[in-house]
Amino acid sequence: MSSLVVQSPGMLTTVQDLGRAGFGMLGVSASGAADPVALRLGNLLVGNEPGAAALEMTLTGGTFVFPEGAVVALTGADFAPSLNGRPIELWTPHAAFPGSRLILGPTKDFARAYLAVAGGVRVNPFLNSASTHLLSGLGGFEGRALRKGDVLTLGEPTKRILKKRISPNVLLNLQPGKVLRVTEGPQFEQFPGEVREAFFCATFRVTEESDRMGLRLQGPSLVIRGGAEMITEGVCLGAIQVTPSGQAIILFVDQQTAGGYPKIANVIGVDLHRLGQLRPRAEIRFERTSFDVASSLWIEQERLLNSPEQLFS
Amino acid sequence: MRFRAASDQATLVYLGEAIGLPAHERVLKLLRLLQKEPPPWLRNIQPAYCSLMVTFDACRIDHAGVESSLKEYEARAEATPALKSRTVEIPVCYGGEFGPDLEEVARLHALQPIDVIRFHFSRSYHAYFLGFAPGFAYLGDLAPAIATPRLDSPRRKVPAGSVGIAGKQTAIYPIATPGGWRLIGRTPLKVFQSNRMPMELISIGDKVRFRAISREEYRWREPA
Repeated sequence: MSSLVVQSPGMLTTVQDLGRAGFGMLGVSASGAADPVALRLGNLLVGNEPGAAALEMTLTGGTFVFPEGAVVALTGADFAPSLNGRPIELWTPHAAFPGSRLILGPTKDFARAYLAVAGGVRVNPFLNSASTHLLSGLGGFEGRALRKGDVLTLGEPTKRILKKRISPNVLLNLQPGKVLRVTEGPQFEQFPGEVREAFFCATFRVTEESDRMGLRLQGPSLVIRGGAEMITEGVCLGAIQVTPSGQAIILFVDQQTAGGYPKIANVIGVDLHRLGQLRPRAEIRFERTSFDVASSLWIEQERLLNSPEQLFS
Repeated sequence: MRFRAASDQATLVYLGEAIGLPAHERVLKLLRLLQKEPPPWLRNIQPAYCSLMVTFDACRIDHAGVESSLKEYEARAEATPALKSRTVEIPVCYGGEFGPDLEEVARLHALQPIDVIRFHFSRSYHAYFLGFAPGFAYLGDLAPAIATPRLDSPRRKVPAGSVGIAGKQTAIYPIATPGGWRLIGRTPLKVFQSNRMPMELISIGDKVRFRAISREEYRWREPA
């Protein structure tokens, strides 16, 4: 069985796939890749199912050795990868011969890089998924971030892998951006007019306290005077909730599943993967869109991600 | 029945506007029917006190479609008899290092700590839903005499098994997490365990009773 040896883990590297939707009943959030589009494309490049388990690295990548060799692809942010001392390109597969060493450094652009390996990373699934949920220590590799010396088992590659790359047009279309489109949140009307206006006009900054559970924003105070009237309810991925002190928090992949703070807006489906590429101190804005536009964009994006003839050049 | 779009891929269904058993009974019935006959577009259900948040596959259906489908489910769900609930007993060692906020809660209500403990274990609670963290059950309602707001600033780490109160609710922390509930005791039981079936000790709709145990019994029951 092939393996991947962690010589240095980088800042925060975890095993992720597309997450475990459907366990809200147990209070278990979906988790999964912070940038699921990058994960899917990486897997397609190495001949895997789009939702195979891969490594997600954060801000600074690690060093990995493949004692038996492997075919690998790097997607998402550019962590300046090099294989056996030679720089390699993102968004295309590379053959790593037995004993090869892959080194990644600090990010040159966005927040998260993905390492997909032909055959996928094998871990014991928790509720049908390989994704790591750090807070609860469940899923992934022993429920935790990778450490120096960890040895991960790789699956058997199933397909012959052709040299191909993701087309530049597709990358342009899916690239991370600083303007996030949102729909109205369920408590939108409880926010006074001037707060709503401030929300759509202002620039917000992603703070250092942001993680896979939520992105905490710095910006104008969005406080509802007298407090919001609401009963704790289910909350979804991308919900922008406002704390009693007026701070906005975007709920992210490792989110809590229910909450009692009012939600002013919700990031639309096609922009969720862009959240995963926001670095601390990134400046973002919110642009209002309709539910209809959001769903047609989603259908269009899913169609693109499911058509190999359009993805590869 | 009231609907509200939560996101472009999720709808909130409200089946009441106040925390209590009447609204929650409807939540449970609709939930059971959706679990029994899951529609092909369903991705996740997050029940709460008076609502369900339903996440759907936006390539198959839109909000209008989800709403009309849920209306049909609700009409059928209403006619089904309620399920008999299970009772779960939770041993708790109150106070001391396990319940660092017990004395403060007593002081806030001009009670003795022993009175707070008695109020806490002498009623049966309803498990409204699991949320916040895996296996974290929101239990209610607390005796009004000991209902206490959350701490002003949450603790960075609450030990697993801690029994807390917040407002009119009580709950047990399944895993060590940050938390703002006031801690009055701790159970030696594992509230959530991924290598056990079912993983959760308390499920939605269960009745829960607490039983006061001594420090010795806690130590004896404590998992190695």
